[in-house]
Amino acid sequence: MADPLLDVRGIDVFYGDFQALFGVSLRIETGEVVAVIGANGAGKSTLLRSIAGLMHPRRGEIRLAGASITHSPAFEVVRRGVALVPEGRRLFPSLTVEENLLIGAQLKRPGPWTLARVYDLFPALAARRRLPATALSGGQQQMAAIGRALMANPRLLLCDEISLGLAPIVVRDIYAQIPRIVAEGLSLVIVEQDIAQALKAAARAYCLQEGRVALHGATRELTRETISAAYFGV
Amino acid sequence: MTEWLNVVVQGVLTGGLYAMFAVGLSLIFGVMRLVNIAHGDLIVLAAYVSLMVTQALGVDPLTSLVLVVPIMALVGYALQRGLLNFTLGEDLLPPLLVTFGLSVIIQNGLLELFTADSRKLQAGAIEVLTAQLMPGVWVGYLPLVQFAVAILVIAALQVLFYKTALGRAFRATSDDQPVAQLMGLNTRHVFALAMALSLAVVAIAGVFLAVRSNFDPAIGPARLIFGFEAVIIGGLGNMWGTLAGGVILGVAQAIGAELDPGWQLLAGHIAFLVILALRPQGLFPKVSG
Amino acid sequence: MSRVEHASRSSRVGVALAGFGLAALAMAPLWADRATLRLLAEMFTYVALASLWNLLAGYAGLVSVGQQAFVGLGGYLLFALGIQFGVPPLAAVLVAGPVAALVSIPVALLIFRLRGAYFAIGTWVMAEVFRLMASQIAALGGGSGISLPASLVLAMAPTRQWRELEIYWLALALAVAVLVAIFVLLRSRHGLALTAVRDNELAAQSSGIDVRRLKFAVYVLTAFGTAMIGALIFLMKLRISPDTAFSVNDWTAFVIFIVVIGGIGRIEGPIIGTIVFFLLRQTLADLGSLYLMMMGTVAIAVMLAAPKGIWGLIVERLGWQMLPLQRRLVLEPSGKARAR
Repeated sequence: MADPLLDVRGIDVFYGDFQALFGVSLRIETGEVVAVIGANGAGKSTLLRSIAGLMHPRRGEIRLAGASITHSPAFEVVRRGVALVPEGRRLFPSLTVEENLLIGAQLKRPGPWTLARVYDLFPALAARRRLPATALSGGQQQMAAIGRALMANPRLLLCDEISLGLAPIVVRDIYAQIPRIVAEGLSLVIVEQDIAQALKAAARAYCLQEGRVALHGATRELTRETISAAYFGV
Repeated sequence: MTEWLNVVVQGVLTGGLYAMFAVGLSLIFGVMRLVNIAHGDLIVLAAYVSLMVTQALGVDPLTSLVLVVPIMALVGYALQRGLLNFTLGEDLLPPLLVTFGLSVIIQNGLLELFTADSRKLQAGAIEVLTAQLMPGVWVGYLPLVQFAVAILVIAALQVLFYKTALGRAFRATSDDQPVAQLMGLNTRHVFALAMALSLAVVAIAGVFLAVRSNFDPAIGPARLIFGFEAVIIGGLGNMWGTLAGGVILGVAQAIGAELDPGWQLLAGHIAFLVILALRPQGLFPKVSG
Repeated sequence: MSRVEHASRSSRVGVALAGFGLAALAMAPLWADRATLRLLAEMFTYVALASLWNLLAGYAGLVSVGQQAFVGLGGYLLFALGIQFGVPPLAAVLVAGPVAALVSIPVALLIFRLRGAYFAIGTWVMAEVFRLMASQIAALGGGSGISLPASLVLAMAPTRQWRELEIYWLALALAVAVLVAIFVLLRSRHGLALTAVRDNELAAQSSGIDVRRLKFAVYVLTAFGTAMIGALIFLMKLRISPDTAFSVNDWTAFVIFIVVIGGIGRIEGPIIGTIVFFLLRQTLADLGSLYLMMMGTVAIAVMLAAPKGIWGLIVERLGWQMLPLQRRLVLEPSGKARAR
């Protein structure tokens, strides 16, 4: 069997003495959309940060298309094709909208995403390309953050809490673009506290609880009861 | 009247040199919040490197820039990667104390190699050429060239910062280091490039310093202070403001020196303190965007 | 069920040792020769200067590279008060403190406008301003300096030996006073606040500590102590000039070296650091600028490899503390619990 695109094998991740992840494993195939859900503090963001290379597991292994990226620094991981949309958007405030997008593309990975394609995906950004990133609304900032990650032409896109702090209608607009993004052949990991939105978009889901995988499976086979059991540990 | 006009013109032209001391300092502060206490000593180091190059190759000091600039840039890159990157973090103390130690090392190293004797670089015929700006007001070619170079350096940095991919990388890294890494920027490399650029400017400043006046291993700290004062007078993060800051400092010193030779430096410091008291954000603070 | 305790067993031993050492030093004129006494007195001034800088930078987070401003101010006050008003030197040393504290208030008002690392260079500018002003005062020798008039010196004591003993004991007393003052300050409520500021300024601020006022107070207090030591130093030298009085090498570079080597942010650090510094100086000072380069290199290496200095390593490895500064929560067995 061919290697999966992403293969996380039993990672333990620590913040100093505090252990945030306990033997977490996760597999993602090319072209898949996978949701990672769980309560606040369950370790979802830590998992994404570890995959992206901002943190490194003390034990276990992370492989991208068969090659280990366990200890690669973040700037190396994105070179291999993993882009993270960080929680809270975190656009660069001293850069314009367009400069934020351009800096996403600065590794010049070949692929379908260009400035024009991103503006086509999120027309609201095109009109505001010369504005400082701080002048955007929350939803537009989220679009720019996604666009910035896409500009790296990743094989795997990690989205951390896209809907956080946004109006439901804005969230719906952003999620409506996900099929167009996936259509370009990349895989997507969506981390959300807002379960409904994430499960609708994803084919498979992992549920984290206190740093461990409490449940995983195809989203259509997960029932409300099994999820809430895994979510809250009751 | 024209006597005072002469004084002001000389001050303005010296201010260009101070602005060059300053932009290297504010550049690395902008990118990595590092205040390099050894900055002045590095300016003096560049002067000595130029001295060696001119002696070894028999070229004039301005031509020696072709070698001095890349040498200092390399020194900057190595210094950042090999030492200063390890001091960066939440705590202010390590970078300050390490660059302070560096300042002691450079000063005494130069003393060991070149003795405490005063040196000066000879630029040849250009040193004595003057032009009449208006009746009674004469300026030397060399100070004019130096001022023009200062403007060019600042303009070039401005373009680099706001129009190029490298400048984008500098600004992004300054904003948010972890996210900059997510964009594929190796922040250690970016910091080292910023330091290389800072020392490239230092090289130019050092050569002009050495051509305009005497230098010895101990004069570095005063150059650091002039650069720092120009940065604060002009307003943090504004490069043209820094040029204005340098000019104000230069003019204040020139007027002070005209009143009483002992007042030259004091007048500059007082101008700085007055502005700090009245307008602590500087005269031209960066408009936050 | 619990109480806060400062002392640990090692710190009780430490206090006993410190008392013993102090007694031995106070009686040093009985066992040491003139040169040793002079060296010890110089060491005391460095212990005091380093402790004050440590309070400023290590606890209050005010990294100054301009404390020579107050060393020099103290020195010049000694000379000015003596030459202009005939104030006896020992009295002038004591007066230098409060005068410098007054001077430091407007200085602080100005340089506290500079943030973080730029504050450091601001302190340096101030020291330069002081130096340049001192060299403008013709009555005190201008740029070339001046000697303390023999009449003032001779009036201090009936014999030279007594004068030297007076200076020795004054140096010891001032160093002890500085250490005790810092110790008391750190044990007080303000000390706890300072430690909080050092650990996390933002959190300290939000828990109701007026960080700015606290730092301001520490700056003024440090100027007070530094100027007294400065006056004493130049009483020992008997001659002053702007360059020696406001020397960044002697009063800041060496002091920083001492604190970094000994252990920054620890009250014991400057003492250890001074001993190391003087050991090195006695053996290597002939090397001149090479010695200074070595010092800079060692300081950088310590800052990077063992940022808590020698004392920090000792505390970490052995769990020692000489002075009972740490607060420990002691849980008492419930049977012995007293009602509170």
